[in-house]
Amino acid sequence: MKKEKNLSVGHGAFGSGDTGDTSGYGGLVRASASWGSSERPYGSYFDDVVDDLERAYPDFADAIEQVVVYRGELTLHIKREKLVEVALILRNKLLFEMCLGVSGVHYPTQTNRELHAVYPLLSMTHNRRIRLEVSVSESDPHIPSLVEVWGGNNWNERETFDMFGIIFDGHPGLTRILMPDDWRGHPQRKDYPLGGIPVEYKGATIPPPNERRSYR
Amino acid sequence: MSTASGSIVDPYASSLETTEGRVFSVTGGDWDSLVTEIGATKEERVVVNMGPQHPSTHGVLRLILELEGETITELRAGVGYLHTGIEKNAEYRSWTQGVTFVTRMDYLAPLFNETAYCLGVEKLLGITEDVPERASVLRVMMMELNRISSHMVALGTGALELGALSPMIFCFREREKVLDVFELIAGLRMNMAYVRPGGVAQDLPPNALTKVRETVKELRRDFKDNDKLLIGNTIWMKRTEGVGYLDLAGATTLGITGPVLRSTGMPWDLRKMQPYSGYENYDFDVVTANTCDVYGRFLIRMNELEQSLRIIEQCVDKLEALVGAPVMVADKKIAWPSQLALGGDGLGNSLDHIREIMGTSMESLIHHFKLVTEGFRVPAGQVYTAVESPRGELGVHLVSDGGTRPYRVHFREPSFNNLQATSAMCEGSLIADVVAAVASIDPVMGGVDR
Repeated sequence: MKKEKNLSVGHGAFGSGDTGDTSGYGGLVRASASWGSSERPYGSYFDDVVDDLERAYPDFADAIEQVVVYRGELTLHIKREKLVEVALILRNKLLFEMCLGVSGVHYPTQTNRELHAVYPLLSMTHNRRIRLEVSVSESDPHIPSLVEVWGGNNWNERETFDMFGIIFDGHPGLTRILMPDDWRGHPQRKDYPLGGIPVEYKGATIPPPNERRSYR
Repeated sequence: MSTASGSIVDPYASSLETTEGRVFSVTGGDWDSLVTEIGATKEERVVVNMGPQHPSTHGVLRLILELEGETITELRAGVGYLHTGIEKNAEYRSWTQGVTFVTRMDYLAPLFNETAYCLGVEKLLGITEDVPERASVLRVMMMELNRISSHMVALGTGALELGALSPMIFCFREREKVLDVFELIAGLRMNMAYVRPGGVAQDLPPNALTKVRETVKELRRDFKDNDKLLIGNTIWMKRTEGVGYLDLAGATTLGITGPVLRSTGMPWDLRKMQPYSGYENYDFDVVTANTCDVYGRFLIRMNELEQSLRIIEQCVDKLEALVGAPVMVADKKIAWPSQLALGGDGLGNSLDHIREIMGTSMESLIHHFKLVTEGFRVPAGQVYTAVESPRGELGVHLVSDGGTRPYRVHFREPSFNNLQATSAMCEGSLIADVVAAVASIDPVMGGVDR
């Protein structure tokens, strides 16, 4: 484990910053450390995959920022400029025939790498799975589209654009897919409120879920 | 429904002028006036909206068809009408409460959603190996029962949409039997939140295994009714053979999994290839077809029913040997101390347990309160777990920041990906074949839109 990064920072015991916290833990700051680069040997078939990729792709050291093995899964963190090149080699040379979509994650505390796109890949030939991860900043949320490599990513990239505002350059028709076309904002970002209205039940008012006192 | 002049016209087929050209709204009934009106225009290219409310589009799916006569030149699917924000909502609830959300995604396969999610949480917690065997066997048995009930809806509504009414009646009759078993074991027929991180919510009620055995016997007998109605039926073959063609190359690039992938001859089934919940200990076959068409997918679903019955029988045998074994991990920091029981009014805390924690054990009460309100903490990190749902690979991408609530829950829904194949399957075919092709994909919009 080399680079330790904070995924998120929690304040207080209940997450409430106002006077409602009577626990005495109101000043508590709890940062959750995230994973860093893993050291070789990675175990399982992961060493083979990384070796094969290094052989097939001369720019490996430049393009791959981190290799992370966690809970028996391999994640390659890739520079966005190199994503399509690496994807093509993974598909054509390492036979990862299938990409199972893209999932976005928003880490507001990771400055200049707030938005992550995560691609799970599957090789049916070798019965292997790996994961690609690309991170970009909120101010420049552009990632090259992989629709040319794996056509099935079309709707998934639209969904990630819709929910996180990541712009997939080269996508044939990057429009919203789940939210209405004229919707403002990207609902799955952490700074986008959940919304909801207080509900009255037998005289008591219950606040919406995002405003309730909660443990963080 | 009136025109600009205010006079009442055909209530089933009105028209209005827009910037895009003339738009006709058809809601059924008398088609004559529509045909006359369209005939009067010089337009040759007709764009037809099928849905989002249409009896044969499996829920709120909107298909936008560009037609030349009865041939489809272009097809686009519009989704999102059933978007409920489950993934966002799950970020505001504890890890255990997440189960009650995800079970509502693909509402025909709730147990698969729950199991995929719980396998992910367990992987993050690092307790995959600690889940008791009885809990895993129960999960497998419930999932396979669920596969039957889901396939029954796929086959029944699929046949109904092609005009065959009787198979639907038989299929729903069979589905009811499975749902009765769910009600007996989990307390609910759908959305049961039965699978929990660490195990299952509660053990089997008395006589449940007898009921499962009886149901398996009845199902095996009654599935023959549908076999006789449909397999080899001339009309059915004409509607399904060679329709909705998608070969292996197309399926791979589009990320298609499940029966549609197996209809290309590819024996890809996660239960065999990447076993979870102990599937490697069961004896069953992966069903394939090599026709790449709707008929092949239909046959795959029909034959998977028997394979599911085989697995269920093996589960019952295993469960009989595991009587009294735990159904939840031993770790008291994860497992709820509550002992749920089926009461007369549904699932709830067993009265004995309430008596114990309220009357005799202060610590149990504190523990219960902390675990239920605060929940357990899950180590920071991300995982991806996948199960073979009735529709294909159901993947879950979970991210934890070390807190008591998920940082991100993303479901890779097979329906969502598989629906992208409608264009490839339908363009160039007749409009009637769209219905057959969509039915063979078996999309569930609750899963597509989440």
